[in-house]
Parts: sequence; structure tokens; C-alpha cells
Amino acid sequence: MNTLKYQSQAVAKPYFVFAMILFVGQILFGLLMGLQYVIGDIVGGLIPFNVARMVHTNLLIVWLLFGFMGAAYYLVPEEAETELYSPKLALALFWIFAAAGVATILGYLLVPYATLAHITGNDLWPTMGREFLEQPTITKLGIVVVALGFLFNLGMTMLKGRKTAINMVMLTGLIGLAVFFLFAFYNPTNLALDKYFWWFVVHLWVEGVWELIMGAILAFVLIKVTGVDREVIEKWLYVIIAMALISGILGTGHHFYWLMVPEYWQWVGSIFSAIEPLPFFAMVLYAFNMVNRRRREHPNKAATLWALGTSVMAFLGAGVWGFLHTLAPVNYYTHGTQITAAHGHMAFYGAYAMIVMTIMSYAMPKLRGIGEANCNKAQVTEMWGFWLMTVAMVFITLFLTGAGVLQVWLQRIPESGEALSFMATQDKLAIFYWLREVAGVIFLIGLIAYLASFFITEKKTA
Amino acid sequence: MSERFTKGMARNIYYGGSVFFFLIFLALTFHTTKEMPKRDHRENITESVARGKALWEDNNCVGCHSLIGEGAYFAPELGNVYDRRGGEAGFKAFFNGWMKAQPLNIPGRRQMPNFHLSDQEIDDLAEFLKWTSEMDTNNWPPNIEG
Repeated sequence: MNTLKYQSQAVAKPYFVFAMILFVGQILFGLLMGLQYVIGDIVGGLIPFNVARMVHTNLLIVWLLFGFMGAAYYLVPEEAETELYSPKLALALFWIFAAAGVATILGYLLVPYATLAHITGNDLWPTMGREFLEQPTITKLGIVVVALGFLFNLGMTMLKGRKTAINMVMLTGLIGLAVFFLFAFYNPTNLALDKYFWWFVVHLWVEGVWELIMGAILAFVLIKVTGVDREVIEKWLYVIIAMALISGILGTGHHFYWLMVPEYWQWVGSIFSAIEPLPFFAMVLYAFNMVNRRRREHPNKAATLWALGTSVMAFLGAGVWGFLHTLAPVNYYTHGTQITAAHGHMAFYGAYAMIVMTIMSYAMPKLRGIGEANCNKAQVTEMWGFWLMTVAMVFITLFLTGAGVLQVWLQRIPESGEALSFMATQDKLAIFYWLREVAGVIFLIGLIAYLASFFITEKKTA
Repeated sequence: MSERFTKGMARNIYYGGSVFFFLIFLALTFHTTKEMPKRDHRENITESVARGKALWEDNNCVGCHSLIGEGAYFAPELGNVYDRRGGEAGFKAFFNGWMKAQPLNIPGRRQMPNFHLSDQEIDDLAEFLKWTSEMDTNNWPPNIEG
């Protein structure tokens, strides 16, 4: 049963499918790294930790980008009330991006990183070897080309159609994503400048423009599943993203405390990043309020669950766990410990992995021609996936937080001479790392349940 | 409140607020880059330090280690390793020996690969870590263990 409003929305499907394939890879490499934390030589020199980590984090970033692109191709035509400007371009860019992504990951795995840097001409234009920006320069250029084609396609679609607030916010978020990525090409010899402007990509993405993308997707799904008046949903969308940017832009300062910058950043960063949880809290109130005020009973219960879940988990992961270590006097002791890792895991899962699964949950039944919603059995399995992954992530976060607190206590707080060394401290944290690994296995089981739900078909009961 | 507070007003707060705070951010960034030379001692960036940074990047050191707290948390902080491992008197000798001893092959221990660097390259990397350790990081890390 074809329920797509615009046939060109179908291009979103390969983006979502490929995102899930990469997601599986991300989790498998995460589990490998988790083991390397406790059995350092588990795979000998076959896959060094730095390679596994690069694959883990890069797969995350790339699958989220595929998810955002799929979301945009799905929701922009529907909001604009017109077909996508060029479905062919969207499909061509899909294959280019997928091929470049796979080639890059294979490059990480098959040759030493220094060789990869050498054969891709990193000497000529060095941009590699920085956290999250490990991609060869040529891959980075490819990302820019894909982003330009993608924005052109969406921009042309919006120009000929209705300009809703959701579309405007989505597009400004995506333009911001592309613009701030350009700082990835700036890699001065002076490490102080390098580090400062590196955050223009990393922070202004995840604590800036990505929040616009998340807000737009959430607003779109809430309108669809609750039937609440668009005026109300869009008004609160603006309020939330206004708070997100007003706090988040100067909140960048919380990454500058210990860089080679004036001390005033400790005040600016502390004050503004202390406000960063507010938009996430507002998002929780907003999602639950809209669902309570719903004017229809949408048959896709799983999508509603994801929409509520992402707001709560983003608030906990980005908001609460961010606030835990954002004030300069606290961050002095916690900077670069497992506390950071705890926050990073829950924030990325809650805000970004879950928002992609929210739009997928809503859109996939339509994209696959199933109808408004999957059958009851598939939805129940999907919800099992939701709960297993989400609860597992809560425990991963709690165990890493435990490891982080103990690490700070042993390694950071005592004076020089009394503090334990890094490696001695790591040995003391082993129990937390083992428990984290167990929670990671539960997460994988949840992911398998989630993916299995796509293969369950039955006569539609809803 | 919901009647008087319209979508248009919310939109204006969003656009106005974002632009306003972004301009402040740019102004502070401008001021910060003017202040930075006093803190990063860029006059000490030699050819050797520059080559060392390239080696740091080409071997993805940040994939295991942190540098001034940023990077991975799998292996020790290296922003102050110059001070921790001997400083002026002993760091270079220690570092050369350390790099050549990898992998340590202690069962169960986290393994650092051997990157097969030449003596010149190891010296460049040491110069980069020395220069990094001399930057003003607002007194971070709290102690020598990093």
C-alpha cells in the first residue's frame, strides 16, 4: 500500500538502510575497543586500538550523516508539498558518498595510517590525524562535494514549494553543518590555533547546528504522530532552537578552558554551557506535552516511543551528563577522563542516534510500502530493540561514570608524587570496563532485535 | 501566554539571538587570537617542531593518547609527558628508548605499535612534545600524571 505523499521521498530509503549497516559496524568495533580496554593484546597487533577507535567514531559520524540526509530527503518534499528537485542527483550522491565512506574505512583497516596519509597526499595538504577528522583530505573534499549537491537539491526543492518553519530550520542546520565542516581544512602548524578552530567543527556541529536538525526532525514527527496544530509545534521548535544556539555558541568556551587562551573563557564557557541543558529539558516537556495533547491515535506507536525517548535521553546525555563536568572548576579535574567518554556515549545516542531512528521508525513503513505503520508484532520487536539499546546505554554511561569518578579520585586529585599514574589507574578501573562491555553486548542484542523488526511481516492488524 | 507569544516572536528571538551571540563569539575569537602568541610561544616553533606535529598526525597518536586532555583516553596524556619523563635532562634519551622498545609484548597489557621512526623523526616528535609542554594551559593538568 503506497502511502507516500511524494514519490521522490523514496530516495530516503537507501540512505536509511545504509545508515543501519554502518551502525552495526560501529557497535562491533565499539565492542572490540571495550575488550581492548581490559585485555590490551586481545587481537595482537592486528587492529590497533587507534584504528578501531577511528572506525568506531567515523562510522558513527557517517551513519548519522546518512540518517540526516535520509531524513531531509523524506521530510523536505513533504513539508514543501512538492517533489524533490532531482531524485537522480540524490541517488547519485548516495552511491558516491557510500563508496567514499567504504573506501575510507577499508583504508583505515588495510594499511597503516601513516601509509594512508602518504598515498592520499597528506603532505601536500595536511588535514589528517586529528580526532574525528581522520579522513584523508581527498575524502574530506568528497564530503564537501556531496554536501553541496545535497544542499543544492534541497534548496531548489524548497524554492519551488511551501516554506515551512521546519524546512527552514532543517535547511539552516544542514547549511551550518556544511559551512562549519570547512574548518576541517584549516590545520595550522601551531597546535594552539589548530585546537581552537578544531572545535569550530566539533562543538558547533554537535552542540550547535546538529541540534537544529534534531529539532526539525522531532517537530516533523510530532506533527505527524500527534496531529497537534503546526503553529504550536513550530513556535516551540523556534523557542527550543533559540535556547540551543544562544547557550551553545558561547558554550563553545567550555572546550577552551585549558587551551592557550585568556582566562575569561572559563567564565564565558561555564555560564553559557550551564544553560545548555535548558533547551533539552524544554524538548522533553514539548514532546510529552504534544503527545498528551494529540488529536489522533497514530497506528505507529513505535515512532511515538522513539520521539519521546530521544527527548529524554538527549536531556540526560547531553544536558545532565554535560552539566556534570562543564563548570571550569570541575572540568579542571575531569577533563579528558572517562567522565567525558560517559557523556559522549549517552549524548550521541540520545540526541542523534535516536532522532535518526525516530524518523526511520516513522518513515520506513511508508517507504517500504507497508502503510502507516508496521504490524503489531514488528512494532513490539522494535520496542524491544528500543528498550534494550536505551537501557544498555544508560548502564554503559553509569559504568563509565563510575570509572571516571574513580579515575579522577586516584589520578587527578592527589598531588604529584601521590597520584597514581595513568596506567596504574586504568588497572583499578577494570571492573567498570568489564561491566561496560557486558552492557555493550546487551546493546548489540538490542540492535539485533531492532533490525529484526524490519523483517517481521504479518497481516497488518493496526 | 500562548496567544500573545506568537510563532513570529519565537522566530525573531531565534534569528536575532543566534546572530547576536555569534557576533560576540566572533569578537571574542578575534581578541583570543590576538592574545594567543603570549601563551603558545609560537616563536619557538622550529622546523623540527613542525615536522614533529606532522608525525604526530600521520601516525594518529591522538587515536590512543590525549594531548592537553583531548583525544582518546586509552593511553597516557602526552601534553606534559616531557616534564613527566625527565624534562631537559632525560626526556630525549627516555623517549628514544621507549619508541624503539615498542611493542612491549607484556601479556594482557595495552600494546603500543612500533611506528618504525628514524632517530631524526623521534627527535622531531620529542621537540614537538617539548614545545607543547611549554605552552600556557591555564595550569592544567592538576598534577604531573596528566
